[in-house]
Amino acid sequence: MIKDITIGQFFPGKSIVHRLDPRIKLLLTVIYIVMLFIADTFLGLFTGVVFLAAAYVISQIPLKMILKSVKPIVPLIIFTGILNLFFISTGETLIKFWIFRITTGSIKTAVFMIVRIIALIIGTSLLTYTTSPIALTDAIERVLSPLKKIKLPVHEVAMMMTIALRFIPTLVEETDKITMAQKARGADMESGSLIKRAKALIPILIPLFVSAFRRAEELAMAMECRCYHGGEGRTRLKQLHCEPRDIYAVIISAAFTALVIIIDRVNIF
Amino acid sequence: MEKFIEAKDITFSYVNEMEEPPVKTTVFENLSLDIYKGEFVAILGHNGSGKSTLAKCFNAINIPQSGEVLVNSMSIRDQEKLLDIRQCVGMVFQNPDNQIVATIVEEDVAFALENMGVEPAEIRRRVDESLKTVGMYEYREHAPHKLSGGQKQRVAIAGILAMRPECILLDEPTAMLDPKGRREVLKTIKELNKNSGVTIVLITHYMDEAVQADRVVVMDSGRIVLDDKPKKIFSQVQKLKALGLDVPQVTELVYTLNADGFDLDPEIITEDECVDALYELLKK
Repeated sequence: MIKDITIGQFFPGKSIVHRLDPRIKLLLTVIYIVMLFIADTFLGLFTGVVFLAAAYVISQIPLKMILKSVKPIVPLIIFTGILNLFFISTGETLIKFWIFRITTGSIKTAVFMIVRIIALIIGTSLLTYTTSPIALTDAIERVLSPLKKIKLPVHEVAMMMTIALRFIPTLVEETDKITMAQKARGADMESGSLIKRAKALIPILIPLFVSAFRRAEELAMAMECRCYHGGEGRTRLKQLHCEPRDIYAVIISAAFTALVIIIDRVNIF
Repeated sequence: MEKFIEAKDITFSYVNEMEEPPVKTTVFENLSLDIYKGEFVAILGHNGSGKSTLAKCFNAINIPQSGEVLVNSMSIRDQEKLLDIRQCVGMVFQNPDNQIVATIVEEDVAFALENMGVEPAEIRRRVDESLKTVGMYEYREHAPHKLSGGQKQRVAIAGILAMRPECILLDEPTAMLDPKGRREVLKTIKELNKNSGVTIVLITHYMDEAVQADRVVVMDSGRIVLDDKPKKIFSQVQKLKALGLDVPQVTELVYTLNADGFDLDPEIITEDECVDALYELLKK
């Protein structure tokens, strides 16, 4: 049951997008976000969407996954749409009732904002779909490593994230076991009011916490036995290095961004 | 033989600061034990006899309050030698889940080497080598939580092995495994000892594992009560039973038969020896 949850919605594959250096993928995501935000016209935004569509086609992520990433933000999309529809009052008035006016300008802005938000979510989801959480953590550690100079615990945070990712399946399995053990002792978790059911979780959470602390202690000792002494002087098994494909990817994204800027200037649509 | 680990008159106690006044529990007092190079030593003793605590003194996880532990003539009190000591005396724990750090097998094996600052190409070589030694090379890209207990424990051993230690301490490595996993792990340990000359200190509850060692040390409430070859230890059936320990099934059988008036060699500890002796007996 809960054993099957996937963390970070990683969708394994062998496409060129999957094989890009995770640091470059982070950079590309940033470039893409900038691209969407500097696009002022529909044609500019459309260029961004074309870029996104191309990336999805290359990465071979199924359409179903794209819809899945949009689902949780549907309320936000509707809210943004309505807000823009009623509070922008440029252009010709189409419908007017009470204090609200729907104008051509407001419709345009509403549609524009909705497309932008959807493109933003789908685009950033591509990063988590094509990069394993561990590669992503690793990339974040390396990208942020200059911040170590100002005493930010970059390595420690990345290590914590790695260990958390490692222990999620273990703790999920344990939760399952404890739940079964408590049920076997007559614990009732499915009936009663919400408060009653929340209270029924306590006999699961307490053993889970106790065991998590015990695990943490043992893990710390095992890490010490393996010469762990912080991030200082650490090397890595897997070196990340930029391949030509990474450079091409950056050039293509930069070119698209330039295209968006040019289209915005020329087009007055 | 050359001494590898030398523990001289060590005393260790835990202090529980939570209690008021703090409660001090002495685990052992003035205990001495030498481990020789290339040996396979099994430490027996029931829960609370201090065997894990002692083992943790050998790689500077526990620092005794008094006495001295020398590892390869380095003192465990020497802070500068700490990483050297931990590199040359590796430790494997009971629960395989709680000692695997990374989400991919090969990255976990690489963990110690990454900490030691080894060059990436060398890490790659040693990781492959260690995984091949424990027979887990095909699983190098798997997620650890999908492996069986025995496989996980072998990955943990590979992680230690990659440091190229001269000695490996194993704290009940088979306690949480099924019989198949136990066999796999024990086979790996024996091969390391015989083929690579790694000194092994195996803490265990299982007599049939202790039988396979070169030397058995029996501990009881913080004291070393017996320290000899397995044959000499297990032939003292009554003494072991008095200490609350089991004896291997074959020894038990021989002991019972001898009590009934048969005349079998009381130093029989392996199944093969027992089969031969019984065959001889029945032939008569």
